[in-house]
Amino acid sequence: MATISLHEADAAVGKRKNYLNQTTTIRSWLFTLDHKRIGLMYLAAGLTLFFIGGMLAEVIRTQLLVPTGLIFHGTGTIQSSYAAYKHYNQVFTLHGIIMVFMVLVPMIPGALGNFALPLMLGAKDVAFPRLNLLSFWLYISGAVLAVISTIMGAVDTGWTFYTPYSIDTSTYVVLMVSGIFLLGFSSIFTGLNFIVTIHKLRPFGMTWFRMPLFLWATYATAVIQVAATPVLGVTLLLLIVERVMGIGIFNPALGGNPVLFQHFFWFYSHPAVYIMILPAMGIISEIVPTFSRKHIFGYEFVAFSSLAIALIGFMVWGHHLFVNGQSAELDAIFSFLTFLVAVPSAVKVWNWLATMYKGAIKLDTPMLYALSFIILFTIGGLTGVVLGALAEDVVLHDTYFVVGHFHYVMFGGTIIAMLGGIHYWWPKMFGKMYNEFWARTACILLFIGVNLTFFPQLMVGAYGMPRRYASYLPKYQPYMVASTIGAYVQLVAFLIMASYLLHSLFRGKKAPVNPWGSGSLEWTTSSPPPTDNFDTIPVIGDHYDPYDYSHLQFDPAIGGYVHTEEHVGPHHVYHR
Amino acid sequence: MSETISPAAMPGVDQAVVRKHLAHHFDTPQQQFDSGKLGMWLFLTTELLLFSGLFCAYAVYRALHPEIFQFASQYLDPTSGLINTIVLLTSGLTMALAVRFAQTGKRTPLSICLVLTMLCGLTFIAIHADEYFEKYQQKLLWGTNYAPKIVQPAVKAAAGSPGTWSSLNRLAARGYISSHSTIAPASIGPAGVAAAHAAAPTVPLIPQPHNVQIFFGIYFLMTGLHSIHVIIGVILMGWLLVRNIRGDFGPNYYNPVDFVGLYWGIVDMVWMFLFPLLYLIR
Ligand code: HEM
Ligand SMILES: [Cu+2]
Repeated sequence: MATISLHEADAAVGKRKNYLNQTTTIRSWLFTLDHKRIGLMYLAAGLTLFFIGGMLAEVIRTQLLVPTGLIFHGTGTIQSSYAAYKHYNQVFTLHGIIMVFMVLVPMIPGALGNFALPLMLGAKDVAFPRLNLLSFWLYISGAVLAVISTIMGAVDTGWTFYTPYSIDTSTYVVLMVSGIFLLGFSSIFTGLNFIVTIHKLRPFGMTWFRMPLFLWATYATAVIQVAATPVLGVTLLLLIVERVMGIGIFNPALGGNPVLFQHFFWFYSHPAVYIMILPAMGIISEIVPTFSRKHIFGYEFVAFSSLAIALIGFMVWGHHLFVNGQSAELDAIFSFLTFLVAVPSAVKVWNWLATMYKGAIKLDTPMLYALSFIILFTIGGLTGVVLGALAEDVVLHDTYFVVGHFHYVMFGGTIIAMLGGIHYWWPKMFGKMYNEFWARTACILLFIGVNLTFFPQLMVGAYGMPRRYASYLPKYQPYMVASTIGAYVQLVAFLIMASYLLHSLFRGKKAPVNPWGSGSLEWTTSSPPPTDNFDTIPVIGDHYDPYDYSHLQFDPAIGGYVHTEEHVGPHHVYHR
Repeated sequence: MSETISPAAMPGVDQAVVRKHLAHHFDTPQQQFDSGKLGMWLFLTTELLLFSGLFCAYAVYRALHPEIFQFASQYLDPTSGLINTIVLLTSGLTMALAVRFAQTGKRTPLSICLVLTMLCGLTFIAIHADEYFEKYQQKLLWGTNYAPKIVQPAVKAAAGSPGTWSSLNRLAARGYISSHSTIAPASIGPAGVAAAHAAAPTVPLIPQPHNVQIFFGIYFLMTGLHSIHVIIGVILMGWLLVRNIRGDFGPNYYNPVDFVGLYWGIVDMVWMFLFPLLYLIR
């Protein structure tokens, strides 16, 4: 029952093996069952795909610098324009597919969830380590199939694969869709694993309401992953048999119903946007109290709003079909439910604000990302409500306003929170600190870049510019140019980020056990943790509270937080 | 400090078996079993949801086009469907027994039950394959492949229950169905066959609705996906059989048998819905 002083633990770390250097062969990484290594592999693969998707985005924005298109444009005849613009369609399709199915959906659960979830819970691993490895390899296989399909004939349907065009196009839809089918199973298995882990592997004393909110968010996400993704699976399967065998369910030429495809697709894809945003919100719920040195405001509300979002999120898919042949009654119902789903999201935003209120806010990099998130997500969410209003959507549907909306939530929300999470857990993952100055600079630059890119899109959309076009009317040019400049600013920010993170990996200052002064369990083990996560199994005391910071004090000597002696005891975590 | 009993402290437990099958991140075999079971239930939920998409497509088309289902289901043979139902129910029983024998550590009866279940599964597949082959020969297929030339229910209907088609006539009155086939020339479609028999005036005309191929698309999709699951189940049972012969299972460890049993239960259950929905429409 002896409590080792964290100073000693810290001193010992340098000599001890950790999960990064326990074994060093490539095999020991590729076939590892350690959730932390699998998390890092997800991180590496995901960031690579994010880079590819990002470069495609820069191509899109560069194309749109001039009204006739800078990169893809014809030589004067209509036919040559058609042929050139088809390439533009392929580029934005690929961008969308990579970002949605290979970055936004899998990355937070796959990379950060895998790394942090068992640690935060106080478990040695996820419930099914082999299934976890399988998820990762399904993820890679899906991405590889997507690459093959792209080389053979890149899909030009948009990431939504609407029939009947996706049945008619000559591009390699079947291969691409099979890849996404595998990605779907990867996602299902991750979710299943997390649900079972949270139910069955909580150590003694870790009750549901003592769990950090990231775990609640991951749990709610996992429920959606398990409950919605199979419907995507069957939809994609139907699309495959449609193309291979001509089964006719979605093909109007054979008596099928193309709108049914849209219903199926959005029955998954709307909940999927919550697969993207819920874990992001979970990260913010960790960062905000830690860097405000104040207990999270309304723990239960934050926890249950995750579940509420997950549940209501299943009943709003029709807002994507307001103008696609849905009955007026259904339109009205879906519009109402769409308003409803914004409520729990707003609950979270208010709780974060209330947490910060009168807190001792430290503007370290993760907190800067959290603040960016709150601002950007609020803009994204409110534009979502604008779109959810039936009458407005009739005008705004399929314009750049929608593009602006979902980039504010997906980029300004999910990606920004993911970057915040990466910066928050980075010291724990690699045992290294990064350069705080450059990290803050990149974050602020990114914030400017995101707004410069997407706010003009909201405006130009409201003025009537449709989405998914390779060319546009000259009157829209100022907005398009501003948006493109924003995209270049983002690129600069990302290059800065890549440099200081790489620098940190090789030259970074050694990270202390608890650099931010967080109260959750992952910050009680060494940085980086040992393969078994904890040297001694954590035991959760009766008054354990991951958001109680009163017993943590900054120690300038080690550059991190330590338990103040008088508080160590049965109220808090100790090790046996 | 620990509240749970460690496996080493459990009375009457074969320590070697416990150690061999307990993964390092679990505290007790019970925890491991519970985790596996919850995982399996979640997985089966996703399986059901996968099928639910097809059931949903079925419901939508049936609600929008009842006449297609009325018309087309006459080509499915309820007798072979019923036999298959009985076969699968039997296999459900043998599988349940298998789980029981695994729990009580009866190795030979477990093997016998697994073999019986596999045989039932294979019988099911064989009967289904025969059905598919018949449909293929009669060109009762999906999409543009639908081009039947069969002598069929008009005769049966006339002989058996003349009233059978009255609901179709109602549908015709409501304008749901056309009296001419859009797919095959009228002379070779069912309607054409009926017309050929029209010499006997008591035989009612069976008008073929539009888009009958949709029904066969749904039929092949649903039963096909289900059959794939049956085949996977048979393969899993083969794997269990090998492990059982090797002596892996006993009262302390029978998790895989239990989990495959659950899977087989779901496969059975899906069929119990498919059978009436596809074969017993009229
Ligand atoms: C406050 C909650 C939200 C509301 C009320 C909302 C509402 C809407 C509505 C009504 C549309 C349809 C617009 C149209 O096509 O005419 C839409 C599109 C979209 N939303 Fe949201 N949304 C919300 C949050 C989110 C979040 C959190 C994400 C993702 C992280 C997201 C991602 C998307 C995407 C990707 C589309 C467009 C897909 C496409 O057509 O390509 N939304 N949203
Ligand atoms: Cu939506």
